[in-house]
Amino acid sequence: MEIYAADVAIVGAGGAGLRAAIAVAEADPALRIALISKVYPMRSHTVAAEGGSAAVVQSQDSLDYHFNDTVGGGDWLCEQDVVEYFVAHCPEEMVQLEHWGCPWSRKPDGHVNVRAFGGMKIERTWFAADKTGFHMLHTLFQTSIKYPSIRRFDEHFCIDLVDADGRVQGIVAIEIRSGRFILVKAKAVIIATGGAGRVFRENTNGGIVTGDGMALAYRHGVALRDMEFMQYHPTCMPGTGLLFTEACRGEGGFLLNKDGYRYLQDYGLGPAQDKPRNKYMELGPRDRLSQAFWYEQQKGRTLSGPYGAYVDLDLRHLGKARLLERLPQIYEMAETFMGIDPAKQPIPVRPAVHYTMGGITVDGRCATSLPGLYAVGECASVGIHGANRLGSNSLAELCVFGKLAGTEAASFAKSAPSGDTKSLVARAAASQQRIEELLKNSDGSERIATLRKEMAQSMEEGCGIYRLAGSMQATCDKLMELRQRFRNIKVEDKSRVWNSNWLMAIELGYQLEVAQAIAHSAINRKESRGAHQRLDGYEKRDDVNYLKHSLAYFNADAAPRIEYGAVKITKSQPGIRAYGAAGDAAGH
Amino acid sequence: MARPEMQQDTEMPDSGKTIVMDVLRYRPEQDDRPVLQSYEVPFSDDMSVLQGLQYIKDYLDGSLSFRWSCRMAICGSCGMMINGRPQLACKTFLRDIYPEHVRVEALAHFPIERDLVIVMDDFIEKLESIKPYIIEKQPRPLAEGEYLQTPAERDLYEQFSSCINCMLCYAACPQYGLNPKFLGPGIIALLHRYNLDSRDAGAEQRKPLVNSEDGVYNCTAVGFCSEVCPKLVDPANAVNVNKMEAAKDYFLRLVRPRGGGK
Repeated sequence: MEIYAADVAIVGAGGAGLRAAIAVAEADPALRIALISKVYPMRSHTVAAEGGSAAVVQSQDSLDYHFNDTVGGGDWLCEQDVVEYFVAHCPEEMVQLEHWGCPWSRKPDGHVNVRAFGGMKIERTWFAADKTGFHMLHTLFQTSIKYPSIRRFDEHFCIDLVDADGRVQGIVAIEIRSGRFILVKAKAVIIATGGAGRVFRENTNGGIVTGDGMALAYRHGVALRDMEFMQYHPTCMPGTGLLFTEACRGEGGFLLNKDGYRYLQDYGLGPAQDKPRNKYMELGPRDRLSQAFWYEQQKGRTLSGPYGAYVDLDLRHLGKARLLERLPQIYEMAETFMGIDPAKQPIPVRPAVHYTMGGITVDGRCATSLPGLYAVGECASVGIHGANRLGSNSLAELCVFGKLAGTEAASFAKSAPSGDTKSLVARAAASQQRIEELLKNSDGSERIATLRKEMAQSMEEGCGIYRLAGSMQATCDKLMELRQRFRNIKVEDKSRVWNSNWLMAIELGYQLEVAQAIAHSAINRKESRGAHQRLDGYEKRDDVNYLKHSLAYFNADAAPRIEYGAVKITKSQPGIRAYGAAGDAAGH
Repeated sequence: MARPEMQQDTEMPDSGKTIVMDVLRYRPEQDDRPVLQSYEVPFSDDMSVLQGLQYIKDYLDGSLSFRWSCRMAICGSCGMMINGRPQLACKTFLRDIYPEHVRVEALAHFPIERDLVIVMDDFIEKLESIKPYIIEKQPRPLAEGEYLQTPAERDLYEQFSSCINCMLCYAACPQYGLNPKFLGPGIIALLHRYNLDSRDAGAEQRKPLVNSEDGVYNCTAVGFCSEVCPKLVDPANAVNVNKMEAAKDYFLRLVRPRGGGK
C-alpha cells in the first residue's frame, strides 16, 4: 500500500476543509497538510449555497442580537458559549474572505452590502448575488493554491480512519482513478465531509452529500449529536428538491396558498405587510415555515402538481431588473428547470430536506472525543444550530470553525509523536481488505438503487416535518432490515478504474448507519423542539426532560445506543420562541 | 440493446415514453477503444440527460461511470458531449432531443479516464499556474476592514468570476484541440478576473503566461467557447481583451527604454 506521511490530514475539501487547510498552513508552514476529497474541491456542495453568510456589520446591529437570534432560533438547544465565540468571530472571517477576493455584493459607497434573512432581527447576511457558496468555495480553493504545504488528494475516497494507541493516526483512501489504496499517516485528522441530506428522498443536496465522515467517526466510537434535527427548507423545487434561496424572501418575495393568500399570517408570523419585515411572515425561521406548509396541505389549501402539493413563491412585484441583480441564479433555475419567468409567474415550491443540524460531537474547539480527531462544518455538531439552524449561519460556521479546527489540529500535530508505521499499515490493510471484499464478493441480489430508494422513502415517511411514534418505529425497523439486506448487495462492476458502482455501495453503507442515528434519536426524543415536531402526545417542548443533546453511539449490527448530554447555558435562559407581532410583544 | 426494467422511480412520473441513449463507453481494463452502447430509458418531459444517465446506472448498467453532483448547473461536474455539442448534462433536457437518439460522449479534447469521465489534470495544472488569488499591493490587516470596491468596480470582473470550471469551453475550442499547451478560454478568463479586480496587484506577475507562446495568441477568435458557456462568462472576450493588452505591451517594450516601466 502506498503511504503518505502528513502532519495534518483533512478529509473533505469544501468550505470548511479548505479554510482549515489554509489555517494549518498559516499556523506553521512546516506542517505537511494532506487535503483529501472524493471530488475536486470546487465540486464540493458548499458550491450550491445561495443566499449568504452571517456577520454583524451594521451599527444598529450587535453581537448580542446575533447571539439571541441564533439561540432562540435553535430553540435553546445551542451551546451558548460556542455561539458567543461564533458571533464574535464571524465579522473578521467575512473580512478575511473579502481580502482573499470573494466578490461580495457592495453598496454604492464601496462597503459590503448585507441583506435580510429568516429569523434575523437585523440585516447581517453578506452575499455575492445568490451564488454566495459558489464564490466562497472558489475563493477558498483558489487561495489555497498559494500555500505549498497543502498537498491535495483530489478524487480520493476515504474508507476509514486509522486509530492506534488511543488516538487517530491517519486515514485510508481509494485513489478513484486507479482503485489503489493509500494510507495517509497523520498526527491529527480533521473531518470536513459535509452533511447527510441524501438519506432523505426529496432534498436540496448534491449526490455527494452522503454522510461519509459522520459514519467514519461514529464507527470509531464518537457520538453523533442531535441527529434528529434535519432541516426542511421551505422553498424548494417540487420533484428534484432544488433550492430557491431564502434570499428570495429576504428580497421581498411572498408565499401564497392556492387562494393567493399569504398563509403564514395564520401561523403566528403576522401580521402581513407589503414590505419585508425582519422576523415576520416570510422572514420567519425555516422550521416554522415548513411546518406552516404542512398544515396548509392538511387543510387542502395548497396547490397540486405532478410532484404533489406546492405553494407559490411570488417574486413578480420585485421586477425583472432587481431579480436579475440580486437573484440571477434563481431566475436561471426557474427558467431552465421549470420553464417559468419569475418576473411574470410565481414559482411552485415545497419544503425539502436541506441541512443536517446534528453531526459529529465536538467541543467548542472542534475536538472530538477521540484524541487527534477534529470535525468541522455540516458534518460536525459544534453546537451553534441547536434544534433549528438560521439561514446564513452555516457558511459563516465553515470559516469561523474551519480556521479554529485548523489551528487546533496544527498545535495537536506539533505535540504528538509519530506513530509506528508498521502497525498503522496493518490496520490500514485490514480496512482495505474489508472494502475489497465488498468489490469481490458482492454477487448478491440486492440492487444499490433499490436499497437507497427504500431508505430515502422511509426516512421521509418517518422523520419528515411532523413525526409519529408508529411511523418512526416503522423507519427504525426498515433501516434494520436494509442493513441486513445490504450484506447481500450486488456490485456489478468489478473493475478498479473509476468504479463508481463500488463507491456508491460504500456510500450506501455510510448512509444506512447515519440514517439509523437520525431515526433512533428522533423516536427517543419525546417532545417537540425546532425541527423535531411530534403529533403523538409530545407536541410541546419539554425542558425538564429534553433540554439535552441526543448522543447516538454506534452499536455494531444492533440499533444505536442513545444517551443524552447537557446543554451549555450562559446568558439566555430558555424562553418562549415567538416571531411576528408575538415576537415583538415578547421582546425578541 | 439493453432493455429498461420499467421500475417505478419516485422522482419521475411515468409518461410511458422511452428514449434511446447512445453512450460512449470506455473501460481501460477491458476495452481497446471507446465503443457506443445503447440504452432505452423511460423519460418524462422534465428529465435531464443527467437523470437519464442516472436511470441507466441505477437500473440498467451499474458499470457506467460519469461525474455529477449538484444537479443545478453550479458544481461544474457533468460537462459532456451531447449530440456533438459540449453541454452540462443536468441542464440539457431529453424532451429537446426526443424522438432522436441522445448521443453522449466524454468531453472532446481531453483524454478519457473511463466512460464519460475525462482526465482533467491539464486543466487543474493550468488553473494552479496562473496565481488565481489576490496578490495584494501590501498586506492589509483584518482590523482595517474590507477594501472599498464600488459596484461598478465589482461589475468589471464579476462575469469572469462566474466560471464553474466545467471545461465546456475547452471542448469547444479548436485551438485547444490542436495544441493542448494553449492556456485556453476558461483559465484566461480566470486570470483576467483577478487582473481586473481593484484589490489585486498581480497583473505583472501573470503577464508572462498571457503573452507566452501558449497564451492568448493561440486563440483564432472562433468564439465557440463563449457560445457553449453555461454561465455567460464570455471567455472569448477575456482572451481578446488580453490580446490587445499583450499587443500594447509588446509595442511599448519596443519604444520604451529598458526598465522604463510605469
